[in-house]
Amino acid sequence: MLKIYNDGKRITAALYGDIDHHAAREFRTALDDVIARSRPELLVLDMENVGFMDSSGVGLILGRMRAVNDVGGEILIKNARGEIAEMIRLSGLSSLIVTKTTN
Amino acid sequence: MKKILINECVLRFPAISRNESLSRSAAAAFVLQLDPTVEETAAIKTAVSEAVTNAIVHGYRNTKGTVEMIMRLYEGNLVQIIIKDKGCGIPDVKAAMEPEFSTAPPEEERSGLGFTVMESFMDKVRVRSAEGKGTAVVLEKTLIGK
Repeated sequence: MLKIYNDGKRITAALYGDIDHHAAREFRTALDDVIARSRPELLVLDMENVGFMDSSGVGLILGRMRAVNDVGGEILIKNARGEIAEMIRLSGLSSLIVTKTTN
Repeated sequence: MKKILINECVLRFPAISRNESLSRSAAAAFVLQLDPTVEETAAIKTAVSEAVTNAIVHGYRNTKGTVEMIMRLYEGNLVQIIIKDKGCGIPDVKAAMEPEFSTAPPEEERSGLGFTVMESFMDKVRVRSAEGKGTAVVLEKTLIGK
């Protein structure tokens, strides 16, 4: 599940549940829809309510990074804890993680 | 040293993506007897999720099949989980285990990090595969517990 907080050109997408190969498809469709409609300058993925993420989440983040870049925006990740942060580090995407909230 | 088996549990399920969640929950339940830390449980769940996803996406290429998961506990808190499929097999296991190797089409958005993740979260990862016959991934981790 996804909750979208829209602040003009800055959008926060709060992801809920597990991100695996099965769930990634649904997240991908929902996020691509938001990106195409809003063309955000900044898309923040809030991982606070993600209980589990495997490497399918890395594919999801990389794909959305490309989609946002294509419309001239950037992507950041917040509230990635423990193994989720570890997974993001393994994939070499650590630079996307923000430690402070970007409000 | 010969490993002394304490517990064994076998799970078979259809190779469909919604069962990825079932497989890692079953693995988490199996290791619960060792009173694992949150990190240990997460490591086991992640590695299992990667291996099962590989079986479904690559082994069976999203066609019908059965995934078998054998969970074993050996003396000394050694957990062994074997994920088996009777799918297409891997022609070159060494190449497949390289980071960012993937045979999936780009629109599938597979990161190619499956084996890298398994190796990073487990103590040992072994792969046996025969083309046209299937693949078995053996995951091992000694849990320290709380």
